[in-house]
Amino acid sequence: MSHKQAGGPAGESAADWCLYQLNGAAEFEVSEADIISTVEFNHTGELLATGDKGGRVVIFQREPESKNEPYNQGEYNVYSTFQSHEPEFDYLKSLEIEEKINKIKWLPQQNAAHSLLSTNDKTIKLWKITERDKRPEGYNLKDEEGKLKDLSTVTSLQVPVLKPMDLMVEVTPRRIFANGHTYHVNSISVNSDCETYMSADDLRINLWHLAITDRSFNIVDIKPANMEDLTEVITASEFHPHHCNLFVYSSSKGSLRLCDMRASALCDKHSKLYEEPEDPSNRSFFSEIISSVSDVKFSHSGRYMLTRDYLTVKVWDLNMETKPVETYQVHDYLRSKLCSLYENDCIFDKFECAWNGSDSVIMTGAYNNFFRMFDRNTKRDVTLEASRESSKPRAILKPRRVCVGGKRRKDDISVDSLDFTKKILHTAWHPTENIIAIAATNNLYIFQDKVNSEMH
Amino acid sequence: MGEEEGVHQTQLLDTMFVRGLKRKCFDGEEDVEGTLAGIKAIPSYNLQRQSLLDMSLVKLQLCHMLVEPNLCRSVLIANTVRQIQEEMTQDGTWQMISTQSTGQTSLDRLVSTDILCRSSREQAEGKHVPGYGTLSKDFEGDEGQDSSETMSTASSVQAPRNLQGNVWEMENPQENKGNFQKSLDQIFETLENKSPNSVEDLFSEVDNSYYDLDTMLTGMMSNTKMGHCDGLETFSSPTNTASNSNCKSDLNELDHIVEILVES
Repeated sequence: MSHKQAGGPAGESAADWCLYQLNGAAEFEVSEADIISTVEFNHTGELLATGDKGGRVVIFQREPESKNEPYNQGEYNVYSTFQSHEPEFDYLKSLEIEEKINKIKWLPQQNAAHSLLSTNDKTIKLWKITERDKRPEGYNLKDEEGKLKDLSTVTSLQVPVLKPMDLMVEVTPRRIFANGHTYHVNSISVNSDCETYMSADDLRINLWHLAITDRSFNIVDIKPANMEDLTEVITASEFHPHHCNLFVYSSSKGSLRLCDMRASALCDKHSKLYEEPEDPSNRSFFSEIISSVSDVKFSHSGRYMLTRDYLTVKVWDLNMETKPVETYQVHDYLRSKLCSLYENDCIFDKFECAWNGSDSVIMTGAYNNFFRMFDRNTKRDVTLEASRESSKPRAILKPRRVCVGGKRRKDDISVDSLDFTKKILHTAWHPTENIIAIAATNNLYIFQDKVNSEMH
Repeated sequence: MGEEEGVHQTQLLDTMFVRGLKRKCFDGEEDVEGTLAGIKAIPSYNLQRQSLLDMSLVKLQLCHMLVEPNLCRSVLIANTVRQIQEEMTQDGTWQMISTQSTGQTSLDRLVSTDILCRSSREQAEGKHVPGYGTLSKDFEGDEGQDSSETMSTASSVQAPRNLQGNVWEMENPQENKGNFQKSLDQIFETLENKSPNSVEDLFSEVDNSYYDLDTMLTGMMSNTKMGHCDGLETFSSPTNTASNSNCKSDLNELDHIVEILVES
């Protein structure tokens, strides 16, 4: 990876993002089931998985780069589509269990096959994706169509040979981890030991072994003895990328807890508690709601954590519990609209956040199909839009601006014109390159940095 | 018309919060008076706070018939309600039943959502429309539950502000405050496990319009085990042990039926 000095020479833009690909039907054809609910690159970036509300998983594969056109990097084409989860009915509670895919996590590749975990509210499944591009031919007892041969016609023996065939991608459910959760699963995270993974619901976190489905260990339980005393829930959790004994979970009160599984079997007592004291000047009835952490991600280095709450993204240093080391305002202009956003429930939207491969830039989504990027080195930020109108293929995305009264430039959007139904909740960044995947309702946008295809 | 009013209210609330009308912490009695005087000087604060309280309670009551409500959202709304409640208690402005300020519009809203949430059995019995105060009477609960610690307004309860059309019956305000706290807790319990009545309803009359046999069977096959665990967990209170055993035997019966159907 080439290293670029922070700041760069004057006049040089940090990155020019342009639309690479757009997958999905036009907006007037959207059905609820097509709404993308999660996006995840695999560890090499060769595969990109999306899950939707209808319980389907679509996997895209990047075509290998053509040596003839080095700038026309490989496209992501549909590799496989399968139905991961079906709707279910819980009889005791008289409630439906949605088939919506909440999270997908790839397992590190250990052989020719790819594996991923997908989960809905209750059940986690391990899927194995294999390719078949050869077929045995020349059986002795069966003919071409598979029918048994008349033995009298067999005069000699032959060894069946493998002949090439059209590529077939097969997806099979290898494990089903069911009945582990009473509440809704919000996160799954594969451990760096590649043998275990955890699943977190609103009140509990379970540790599973990838090969064992009838048993799991409960490692966090914050359910109070009396449900009437419930005031805090788990909102997200993740394993540390390098230390297999460490994991973090976030809460609806805005705190992060780092737990060490070596300390005890039940990690109710955190090793570290990360919490920023409330700003008294900004206190309102909505303070707690907007402090609720919707997503937490470790940096690739393992040194930092990234959290997203309603109005900000924050970078935390694992060594400092008292406050984040960096705070970025995503859409502070919404602070004066909190009551309206509470009424229409937008205040409860859970936005995700992402690091780039070198941990120098962070990204998160917002409303009006906007998404934001913050460069940690230059302290510059940009707002971009993922929409058909503003994205012509290969054309560079124009930065957008939201004006809050005062001076208004030509292409600015006023806060009151923002479309709060167009929210970018799910985003993903390629592990090594400047390629990002943005889910806007039922559309999947893939943007690429034209200038700097490599990370710096 | 009602919607316009609602929007207007929300815009007012937005403005109010922008102006920075925040609750100040107070340590002593002199501060209480000072703060109260401050609040009186801005007459809309109480009104808007009440409106926020009503909005929150409506949100908590809105039952999504088919899918389980989001627990995180419910917890956050309930915490907001508690915050408002605490502040109003400290103010001494805690009045039961939002008979004040909100007017006819939100009353209708509240009433209609409440009807949505009542079980069909209660509707059949023709219970009259409850307000906040009478809400908890629908629930069976320990009447002796101590709620006084949250409602200790030693100062005399103010006479309810006069509004057009006091629809709800207003009984002893003290008792109603206790009922409110209870009803908030009960709302929470229903999030954890639906009201005990719903289970009997489930097994007595299955409403086939909501799901067909296929869905039921699919669900049964994968959920039987979890169903058992859930049942044992949610039926923790002593009043429900009867339904617990009924539940288990009914489940076994259904299991048996499903086995037969699947084998054929």
